[in-house]
Amino acid sequence: MNSILLFVLLLLSIFSFYYGKSRIKKISLTSSIKAKSLPQFYGYYQALWCALPAFLVIVFWTILEPLIVKNLILNKIQSITSQELSRDQLTFLYSQIVSLAGNNFSGEITEAIKQGALSYKSFLSISQSSKIVLFFCAVIVATLFAYSKINNNVHAREGVEKIFTTILFLSSAAAILTTVGIIFSLLFETLKFFQTINFFDFMFGLSWSPQKAFVTNPGEVLTAAEAKDLKEAFGAVPLFAGTAFIALIAMCVAVPIGLFSGIYLAEYASFKQRKWGKPIIEILAGVPTVVYGFFAALTVGPFFRVVGDTLGIEVSSESALAAGLVMGVMIIPFVSSLSDDVINAVPQSLREGSLAMGATKSETIKKVVFPAALPGIVGSILLAVSRAVGETMIVVMAAGLAANLTINPLEATTTITTQIVMILVGDQEFTSAKTQSAFALGLTLFCLTLILNFVALRFVKKYREKYD
Amino acid sequence: MTMEEKIIAKDVSVFYGEKQALFDINLSIGKNKVTALIGPSGCGKSTFLRCINRMNDVIDICKVHGEIEINGKNIYDKSVDVVQLREKVGMVFQKPNPFPKSIYDNVSYGPTIHGLAKDKTEMDQIVEHSLKKAALWDEVKDRLNEPGTGLSGGQQQRLCIARAISINPEVILMDEPCSALDPIATAKIEDLIGELKETFTIVIVTHSMSQAARVSEKTGFFHLGKLIEFDSTDKIFKNPGNSMTQDYITGRFG
Amino acid sequence: MTRETRLKKRYAAEQRFRMYGIISIIISLFFVGLLLFKVFTGGATAFIKTTLEVEVNYSKELLGFKKTLEPTLGEIKEADFFDVSYQAATSFYKYSNDEEEKFIKILLGGNYEQEIKNHLFENPHLLGKKVVLNLTTSDDLDQLHKGNFPRDIPEDRRRINNFQLKVYDSLVEQGKIKTKYNNYFLTHGDSRDAEIAGVAGAIIGSFFSIIICLILAFPIALLAAVYLEEFAPKNRITEIIEININNLAAVPSIVFGLLALGVLLNVFGLPRSTSLVGGITLSLMTLPTIIIACRASLQAVPPSIREGALAMGASKVQTVMHHVVPLAMPGTLSGTIIGLAQALGETAPLLLIGMVAFVVDVPSVPTDPSASLPVQIYLWSEQAERGFVEKTSATIMLLLGFLIIMNSLAVWARQKFERKWI
Repeated sequence: MNSILLFVLLLLSIFSFYYGKSRIKKISLTSSIKAKSLPQFYGYYQALWCALPAFLVIVFWTILEPLIVKNLILNKIQSITSQELSRDQLTFLYSQIVSLAGNNFSGEITEAIKQGALSYKSFLSISQSSKIVLFFCAVIVATLFAYSKINNNVHAREGVEKIFTTILFLSSAAAILTTVGIIFSLLFETLKFFQTINFFDFMFGLSWSPQKAFVTNPGEVLTAAEAKDLKEAFGAVPLFAGTAFIALIAMCVAVPIGLFSGIYLAEYASFKQRKWGKPIIEILAGVPTVVYGFFAALTVGPFFRVVGDTLGIEVSSESALAAGLVMGVMIIPFVSSLSDDVINAVPQSLREGSLAMGATKSETIKKVVFPAALPGIVGSILLAVSRAVGETMIVVMAAGLAANLTINPLEATTTITTQIVMILVGDQEFTSAKTQSAFALGLTLFCLTLILNFVALRFVKKYREKYD
Repeated sequence: MTMEEKIIAKDVSVFYGEKQALFDINLSIGKNKVTALIGPSGCGKSTFLRCINRMNDVIDICKVHGEIEINGKNIYDKSVDVVQLREKVGMVFQKPNPFPKSIYDNVSYGPTIHGLAKDKTEMDQIVEHSLKKAALWDEVKDRLNEPGTGLSGGQQQRLCIARAISINPEVILMDEPCSALDPIATAKIEDLIGELKETFTIVIVTHSMSQAARVSEKTGFFHLGKLIEFDSTDKIFKNPGNSMTQDYITGRFG
Repeated sequence: MTRETRLKKRYAAEQRFRMYGIISIIISLFFVGLLLFKVFTGGATAFIKTTLEVEVNYSKELLGFKKTLEPTLGEIKEADFFDVSYQAATSFYKYSNDEEEKFIKILLGGNYEQEIKNHLFENPHLLGKKVVLNLTTSDDLDQLHKGNFPRDIPEDRRRINNFQLKVYDSLVEQGKIKTKYNNYFLTHGDSRDAEIAGVAGAIIGSFFSIIICLILAFPIALLAAVYLEEFAPKNRITEIIEININNLAAVPSIVFGLLALGVLLNVFGLPRSTSLVGGITLSLMTLPTIIIACRASLQAVPPSIREGALAMGASKVQTVMHHVVPLAMPGTLSGTIIGLAQALGETAPLLLIGMVAFVVDVPSVPTDPSASLPVQIYLWSEQAERGFVEKTSATIMLLLGFLIIMNSLAVWARQKFERKWI
């Protein structure tokens, strides 16, 4: 149905274009007024006004229709059946209704479903016809509007350009829309989560075992045992600790190697060395994280375990050390590249001042260049930390799943991102507290990385101000 | 070489890649005297100055031929350690370049890396002495911990001079030290140069002929990479031997 | 200490410092090399498969046709091949009891019946004849033949037992074990049997996702960058938009997965596990990258171009669209290709929207459920069977190959088309 409408719209628009173009030519000939723009702009003007409102009608209708119909049907169901149904049951019922309406249904047809299907079909047909009516109304009204403007010798090119710049503005607003979408979707589920689970239990609780949680309905009365289980199911501190721990190991690998690489490339490397060295290190940044995860799980993890066995130490094959090491390797280019840029930006006059005093090159770097570049370097390290904290695949594949509060790098720990994946990749009902906890974790992660990035950019900005 | 010749340049030529910037420069710098190098822009005077403390080594494509003897030893000899050379030959740059550190740390940097102070007291003394000799002490003695970059242009340049003095060099090279400063700051520094020559040998590159006439005993006129004339300042400015020098002095070009 | 010792110490420190730099770079290069080495040596063997030479008797009786009948191709396709396959699967070695029979049968790959059928469908004139075919072996035998299974560990820790080893050795002696190009890898979808599992589904899935990502992200990003760089007034709203874009560029990818789950799947009810949703999610992630690249290119165009056009009486829109944007295209395009390369390698958000389902059929439209290359890598790396390890490595090779091509394209495009503004 939509494709037919869109095709019709296309034809109408093309027609409008030629009509508008010829109309202005006719007007300027007969009444000897000079058209304010080239004829083609009148064509575009007419065509755009014809097409855009109707197009928007189609888009919004298509997006909103399923939502509205679903709500109407579900409300109607509530009035038919006298039961109080949970949201899951309603969703399931709705999907049954839809499949029956689409002649796709297998199973027992209850009265509710049959009624629902009938209502669904009727709602849908009403909606379709309304859409078509609204569509044509939009086309007619808009076209007449444009037509009258053309008759009055509107400055068509300016009109077209105004429409164009509005489209430009809306495109950039898409960025805001995405952020709003993220915050909205995260917040929504998180708030529902905190209806069941206490905020402080979540933030400060020491035990994370979501499989203990059975409750799905807020407001349901819990037994004492269930309440206790619930309290202990979603304590996120082990996750925070695991994330921080693995990130720490990663930074211990990435910062020294990255910094020294960056310093060497910026200060000591010959042109040829830099030409080859920098891109090859950048390769580390281009490798997808799932490949790193594979590498960590199949090579590094077992390697550490074998080493541990020969030394007689107990090393988990999913050790934090393995995951942290590989993550560190992935982050090396971030630190190295950013440090390289920051160090290069330190003015040459400082270096010359130090060298002229009889300092060696390394003394100049250690005592003059590096301190001067420090805010920028700190900024780049913070950005790298933010990357490490948000990293998912390496830890999913190489780190453990058990929420373990430990400082032993040879044991397995889990991170925020791992848990989000584990919770959502299984077959879960969407409304259970377990799934909602994933969103709560996501919101925490989002805020955390936001703060880290904000602080990092402040550092880099402060540093830039010094030298501009 | 007489006791009075501190630095002797013998047939010094400098190449930037294929391009030759200096052609067979021969001159000698007198001990505890101020020698000025003048000439129009791009004539090679700064390049020559940077040869004396081998700062041109920092530039990859720069090649130096010939010899420069300081205290009788050729500084371009393979056995010469450039770090030690620069301890003896200090430099002040055209644009003041204090380190983004405190005033104290700026001056103590040199003594620290060369290990000239045994303890904090000695270091304090060195810092005070250097700042006094650079005529800056009175102005900054109460704010030694503030950043050096917070001073005015003239003060920054004097800070750079104090920094150069702090390691007790024998020679101070100055590359147009006043070109970024206002006339009052310039005058202060010219006075300072007059005092400094008691202790140090000074070579100053300047584009201001009046400055050369005011501060120096000997002057060298460079043009297009060649040393056109090198004589006492009086003679150069009152009665130059070369017509090109005459033209430059009288403002015909440059 | 004396001057000389001090100087020596300082130079020693200088050398050490330089060494640290060189060592760091070498360590980084080492990891690059190790990674690539592991992947390529592990994955190269995935492109060949082991086959077993077997005699197949397309006897009419076994297929259920009367001896005198000449069935049509359609009728052949309807026939029951069980007996023919069974005979083929058990006739290549003498067995003495049921257990041994079972062991022999499973030496053939999971698709062997289909292979027997296909050969007859393509050559219907072979009906009634005995033919020698090379059938794909099971992944255990395949791995054994490739030397990936150690033979000297105790039998209960092996996947191939002693009897099967005996069978294998005798077959090798008879020259019945061959290696051929693995046609399954690039043409088949995923499968529970490692020997016939392929990445065709994942490739198509990735392809659809990236195309959708490109179609959505490129125009919006281009228009947004043009607006922000050329038209936006310097006010609060513009500042907010710019801050937003910079933030989005740094948001962890998994959050986008949550966004897709919460909004695209739940609110809009788009179909789960499809490359349509995957593509939309990826486009949201790629938007900031392209916007930033495009803005940088626009900034690099010198004002003199704009002034020249305006002085000719062009409007602002005409100046920007006719003059500035075309000059900014090389940088924008290379930024777009790099953004797409990053999107190609994304896994976490696609996992959350369900592109992790075990999908056997190769998707034909973006609304079919599918996997993507990185997701396939993840799924296979979770499998215990050895056969999947080499497939995973080979998939990584493919993925890296695509990425190298895309990045090289971006670099080439930038170098060829970029102007150096003097």
